[in-house]
Amino acid sequence: MKAIIRIMFNGSYAYYAWVFFLLVCIVQGLMAYASQFTDGLIVTNMRDSVSWGYYIGNFTFLVGVAASAVMLVIPAYVYNWKPIKEVVIFGELLAVAAIVMCLLFVLVDMGHPERLWHMIPGLGMPNFPNSLMAWDALVLNAYLAINLFVVIYLLWSAYQGKPYNTKIVIPLVILSIPLAIGIHTVTAFLYSGMASRPYWNASILAPRFLASALCSGPAVLLILFQVLRKITPLEIKDNAIHKIAELMAYAMGFNLFLFGAEIFKEYYSNTHHLVHYEYLLFGVNGEPSPIALYAWTSLIFSFVAFFLFVIPATRRNFFTMNIGALLIYFSVYIEKGIALIIPGFTPDSLGQIYAYTPSATELRVAVGIFGIGFLIFTLFVRVGIFLLFERKEVPEPIHEISPGEAAEGSSI
Amino acid sequence: MKMRTKLILLYAMLAATAGLVSSLDIPESTDSGAGAVPEDLIAVAPPPFSEGVFPCSDCHFEDDEVDLDPREVDFHDTVHFDHASDSRWCLDCHDAQNRDMLHLADGRLIPFEESYRLCGQCHAQQLRDWEAGDHGRRTGEWSGTKQYLLCAHCHDPHSPTFESLTPLPPPIRQEEIK
Amino acid sequence: MSTENPADCQTVNRREVIKTLFTLAAAYTATGCKREADSLSTFFHTHFKEMSPEKLASTMESWERRYKKRYNREISVNATPAQEGVLFGYALDVSRCIGCRKCVYACVDENNQSRDPQVHWITVLEMDNKHGIDLRHADAYYEAEKVPREDKFYFPVQCQQCENPACVKSCPVKATWKDPDGIVVVDYEWCVGCRCCVTACPYGARSFNWARPNVPAEEINPVTEYLGNRPRPQGVVEKCTFCMQRSRNGKYPACVEVCPVGARKFGNLLDPNSEINYVLKNHRIFILKEELNTQPKFFYYFSI
Repeated sequence: MKAIIRIMFNGSYAYYAWVFFLLVCIVQGLMAYASQFTDGLIVTNMRDSVSWGYYIGNFTFLVGVAASAVMLVIPAYVYNWKPIKEVVIFGELLAVAAIVMCLLFVLVDMGHPERLWHMIPGLGMPNFPNSLMAWDALVLNAYLAINLFVVIYLLWSAYQGKPYNTKIVIPLVILSIPLAIGIHTVTAFLYSGMASRPYWNASILAPRFLASALCSGPAVLLILFQVLRKITPLEIKDNAIHKIAELMAYAMGFNLFLFGAEIFKEYYSNTHHLVHYEYLLFGVNGEPSPIALYAWTSLIFSFVAFFLFVIPATRRNFFTMNIGALLIYFSVYIEKGIALIIPGFTPDSLGQIYAYTPSATELRVAVGIFGIGFLIFTLFVRVGIFLLFERKEVPEPIHEISPGEAAEGSSI
Repeated sequence: MKMRTKLILLYAMLAATAGLVSSLDIPESTDSGAGAVPEDLIAVAPPPFSEGVFPCSDCHFEDDEVDLDPREVDFHDTVHFDHASDSRWCLDCHDAQNRDMLHLADGRLIPFEESYRLCGQCHAQQLRDWEAGDHGRRTGEWSGTKQYLLCAHCHDPHSPTFESLTPLPPPIRQEEIK
Repeated sequence: MSTENPADCQTVNRREVIKTLFTLAAAYTATGCKREADSLSTFFHTHFKEMSPEKLASTMESWERRYKKRYNREISVNATPAQEGVLFGYALDVSRCIGCRKCVYACVDENNQSRDPQVHWITVLEMDNKHGIDLRHADAYYEAEKVPREDKFYFPVQCQQCENPACVKSCPVKATWKDPDGIVVVDYEWCVGCRCCVTACPYGARSFNWARPNVPAEEINPVTEYLGNRPRPQGVVEKCTFCMQRSRNGKYPACVEVCPVGARKFGNLLDPNSEINYVLKNHRIFILKEELNTQPKFFYYFSI
């Protein structure tokens, strides 16, 4: 344990700077949360009309990131496809960090976070099988437990210098595949099951969630891999990266297709329910919508990224591919963080319009949670890199690892 | 009996009604199932007279000579008459001889406490619904004693259309809840 | 992206990090405690339905003591059970409603809703005659010299006490449920404040206490129900209970009694002779958003 902590505190100046930056994010987030905890959720801009907002949007986005670890696990273990296999641990680490962030975002959204134990089976009274929120909490925690176990087991094996036992790892990794689909599907059901909100009450929502997750998650990993192979002895072949990019291109195309199908249905049938899409894209009652700009940005990013990925020349060019990866990441972030939640509540169930945008407290708390997530990820990756590639050396400053995550960090 | 007559007696005051009713102790209670409600079982609050007008016999005497020709009467200036006014006038409802009573179309006298019977001659549907608890306001107990209001508690019998009210303030807009 | 001087970063050693974390934890706990004196004592509060009769009685007493301390006056907290053979129904005559909002504020007074931040359980919508009942043309914030306004009609909405309540289904911790008399209640000491129910309700009938509710002590209605109108904590959801502190004791809800035009009807659906059944039999009634199959026990009708 001591050794692991020593590793974590070992790194270049850039590594320290990065960790320090994350700690600053976390501290200011905690301060913002302290005021929210004391004064209540009144310090957010959520109100009865828009009773979920930026927190739940981030939660939804991160469930997608966590679920997309499956993107790597499937080819690596099921088809025993070697080029990706070594890096699966980083995908799982990403999943662990993302799930921790998910749970934190739900926690900060609660009026009584200290009563969380009411959800624990046996201790509290979870509302099975009716409540999708209860199911979501269950699958998220199960997914977290499995991935955390696999990650720690793999690292532990590496620490002891022993090969890991495939009889333990493979079944768990395979189990995490349906669970990854499960967490995202259950989260989608949380929304699509709400008959009160026609914007979400569409069976296409769960497939759309999966399609967009299969865009955003791998986008993070694509960039991470390039960083890793630069700064570690880890060999990730171009072949593997291009394969992931190709799979992403299909996911992006499918994502756009599903969105188009929904848009067609709403605009062609032109029912009352169209009002939510009107609010998303333009505004209603002559008032421009404060989220329309985000919605269009997301849509344009999504299209550009799709073309960059679907054209082989730009997909294989690392510069254009990286641009595409960033674009799709931001596109999905906006889509889940803003475009999914807010129009569902606007107009509200009695037709009243409350133009929600997140408050400073909400943004600060979100930055804090991303700080915690990235810190967990950074520390684990630091340990992982050491154990997998630097094990024989005595812990001392060796490699830089920050720039890759720094690029991600700025996305907060 | 010495009696003096007044032409008009009632002036329903909507605003005063609520306080009036709740402070009343109603002797005849009823469990008032809907449908066939015997009239004598309907518990009513006393009629909402304008201050100082009742009994009418303080001014209108039984042996006064009464001009029975329908016409506009301007003595009771608090009364604005707008109730089928081209075909109705005071003594269609108020009794010419016994001014403390009302009379039905067939001449039977009824007290003001039973004025709903008079109203129900024309507004039979409303009377039926009122008896069943459908038309009009109820206070008291949904399962026990109910306090019924007379037609005149809410509708000015001389001008039955509701006057408009100033609404209470709108909810605070959610943008302004800080 | 970090721009800190690397020299600063070197000072971040293990001990300091741990120290910082401890300080933060302490500061966090300190601010947390300020939030509500009741926070700690309600942490292990038992779910209403899990309480034995003795536990229930002692819980009611302890809340009475707590309120006595907080408001310096006697406030009774009761757990009146649903009456046998009673299923409450409510009917509202849209053609009579004049939009005066007397019901809204009678409800606030009766049920101890927070004055600031404002919580209303009843929303009166103003709608256009020419559009009919169309929520796209509904305005809850109408201001008028006099009501009813020309070419408008009024449509009050509150908890519809659904037979098939979407809110109850969505609650992750069973903090809200439908009692045998049809009233949907919330256990404020069990609610985690996730607002799934607020989202699931198609009628905007649930309110969240975004801040600590504020009711002046002298304005508190001292006759309260544990699952109903007792003063609520911050961070939980609340809703109309058909004034259970009144209706379970035989009385009409406050909104029924205050309505100046008698547009509101209330009674026992299981009693064939009740007023509510007369209304349901004799008028063509409709329910709001019937396609959602929530099966409200709140009915609307036009009598004229």
